[in-house]
Amino acid sequence: MLKEHLNQKLFDADVETIANRVGYGTGLLALGEKNEDVVALCADLTESTQTHLFAEKFPERFIQMGIAEQSMASVASGMAAMGKIPFVASYAMFSPGRSWEQVRTTIAYNNVNVKIIGAHSGISVGPDGATHQALEDIALMRVVPNMIVVAPCDALEADRATHALAEYVGPAYMRLAREKTAVITTPKTPFVVGKAEVYMERVDAPHGVAIIASGTVLVEALRAGKILNEKGIGATVVNMATIKPLDEAMVLSLAKTHNFIVTVEEHQTAGGMGSAVAEFLSETHPIKVVRLGVHDMFGQSGTQEELLAHYNLDTAAIVKATLTELVDF
Amino acid sequence: MHYLSDSDVCDLEKKANAIRQSIIEMLIAAGSGHTAGPLGMADIFTLLYFHVLRHDPKDPQWIDRDRLILSNGHICPVLYATLAHAGYFKKEELMTLRKFGSRLQGHPHRESLPGLETTSGPLGSGLSQAIGMALAERINNPYSNKYFYCLTGDGEWNEGQMWEALMLGGKESLHNLIMIIDRNGIQIDGYTKDVMPLEPLREKFESFNWDVQEVDGHNMRAVNDAIGKAQAVYSQPSVIIAHTIPSKGIDLFERDFRWHGNPPGKGPEDRVPKSRQAAEALRSLRTLQNNIACTDIS
Repeated sequence: MLKEHLNQKLFDADVETIANRVGYGTGLLALGEKNEDVVALCADLTESTQTHLFAEKFPERFIQMGIAEQSMASVASGMAAMGKIPFVASYAMFSPGRSWEQVRTTIAYNNVNVKIIGAHSGISVGPDGATHQALEDIALMRVVPNMIVVAPCDALEADRATHALAEYVGPAYMRLAREKTAVITTPKTPFVVGKAEVYMERVDAPHGVAIIASGTVLVEALRAGKILNEKGIGATVVNMATIKPLDEAMVLSLAKTHNFIVTVEEHQTAGGMGSAVAEFLSETHPIKVVRLGVHDMFGQSGTQEELLAHYNLDTAAIVKATLTELVDF
Repeated sequence: MHYLSDSDVCDLEKKANAIRQSIIEMLIAAGSGHTAGPLGMADIFTLLYFHVLRHDPKDPQWIDRDRLILSNGHICPVLYATLAHAGYFKKEELMTLRKFGSRLQGHPHRESLPGLETTSGPLGSGLSQAIGMALAERINNPYSNKYFYCLTGDGEWNEGQMWEALMLGGKESLHNLIMIIDRNGIQIDGYTKDVMPLEPLREKFESFNWDVQEVDGHNMRAVNDAIGKAQAVYSQPSVIIAHTIPSKGIDLFERDFRWHGNPPGKGPEDRVPKSRQAAEALRSLRTLQNNIACTDIS
C-alpha cells in the first residue's frame, strides 16, 4: 500500500510533525553554502517564512525589504537580471497575492530566474482568519506564462523542492503551509519538478478511485486511501507536488485505470490543481473529477482540524466524497 | 563621462533632433503610441547613449556595461530610436513599431530586442528593478564602477511601489544608482498638478535620504554636469529632477497634455488639424535641425 520509500510511521498516532515551511528554511540555508548566487529577500516575515536561518548565516546576501511585497518582486527581478538566484518569501496572500502584476510583468514576462515562496497558504493557516488564508494563489500563478507551480507535501519535500528550484532556471512559485503536519516522505523519496508520484497503490478491487492531492493536505488523502483500501475499494493516492507543468502522463494513466478521480487541495476549487486535472482530462480522457477544496467562499478563524473538517478536506470528508461518488459505479 | 565641449553639445543637439524625427516617423507609421514623453526625453536619451553610458551596441550583453532601466515603458519610441541611432539595430526597423511580429513591441519586452534591460509598461516597477540590479552588483563586486540609471516619469510617482522603492534606495545608500525623473508635468488625464499633485517633490526625495538635483532637461551641459555630480555622491543614491517640455521640438504640440498618448494625425486639433499634424511635426523638426549651427558656437 504505502510506498516503501515513505515514512512507515505515517499512520501512527505519534507520527512526527513539522511545518513544511521549516523545510524551506533548512533547504535555503544549505543552498546558501552550496551556491553563492543564491540571495534571499523577505518582507518583514523572516521567522515566519524561516528565511531567518539564511539571513543570519549570510547577511550580505539577504535583503530586508520591509513590508513592501510589490517592490520585493521587482527588486528580485533586477537581482536576477544580474545573475543572482533570488528567493522571495512572504505570506502567499501578499506575495504573490498583492504583488501579482509585478510578478507577471517584471518576473514572468521578463523571464528571469526568481523563486517566489508563498508561506501560510491554504485554509490551515487557522486562527489568523480569511484575510491571511491564501486560497487563490495557485490560480494566480498557474495562469501566468513561464511560471511553474510547486506545492510540497511536507518539510522534507519542501527542502528538496527548494534545492530543485535553485537548479531549475526560470520563474517558479512554491506554496507552503503554516502549521505542523505529518512527515510523509523520507530522504529516499524521489522528487523531480514536473513529476507526480504514486504514494499509495490500490488494493485489487472491482472499483478504483485515484485520489490526487497537493500540499500538506496529502496526509489526509493518504489516511483516506488507507481506509478505503481496507474497505475493499481500490484507492490510489498520488502526490501532485508540481501543479504546473502538470504531469499529464500520470494523470492520463490514472484516468484510464480508475473509475473516477478525487482531487484534494487547500485552495478554491476554481483555478487550482483540481481544475488543472479536470481541464486536461476534459480534452484527453473525460471521466468524473470530484474536486475537493473551498467552493467560492472565504475562510474563517479556527484550528487546522476544525477548518479542514468544515471545508470537507479532512480524512473523513475525502472518504465520504469517494463513497458518495462510488454509488454511481 | 567627461566635460562637454561646445562642439560636443552641438553634435548631441543635432543627434537629438534626428532622433526626434525618427520618433515622429515611427509614430506616424504605427498610427498609435505616445508623442509628448518621447520628444521631451530625446535630449536626455541622446546624452546618455552618445556621451554618458558605457555600452557597446555590437555587444549588447557586455557584462560590464552600465544599465539603463526605463521604468515608464510607454515612452519607448525614444528608447528604440536612440538604440537604432546608436547602432543596436537598423533604423529601418523603427518603422515596424507596434506592428504584428515586430521586435519593437508597443511597450518594451526585454527578450524581444537587443539593448533592452527590462520589460516595462505597467508603471511603478522600474526603480525597484534598478535597485535590485545595484544591490546584486554590490554583492558581486563592491568596487564596481558600473552605474545604474533609472528613468521614470513624473505621473508614475502616483504609484505606491515607487515610494516603497524610494525607501529601500535610501536605506541601502546605493551610490551607483542614479534616477532621472522626466518632470514634464503631464499625464494622460491632465496636468500632474491637477491629477495628483507631486510638489514639493525635491523635499520628498530629500526626506527619503536621496541626493537631489534639479536641471533643465534640454540643456545637455546641465544634465551632463548633474550626472557627473550624481556619480560623485558616494553616501546616497541620486535623483535628478529633469524639467522637460512635453513634445519638445514641435511648437504646435508643446506643453499640451493631450499629446501624451496620441501620435501625429490623432492629436488635438485646435492648433493644427489632424490631416496636417504629421507634416507639421516633421517640418518643425527639420527647420530646427537647420537652425542648429555648430560653427556659430565659439
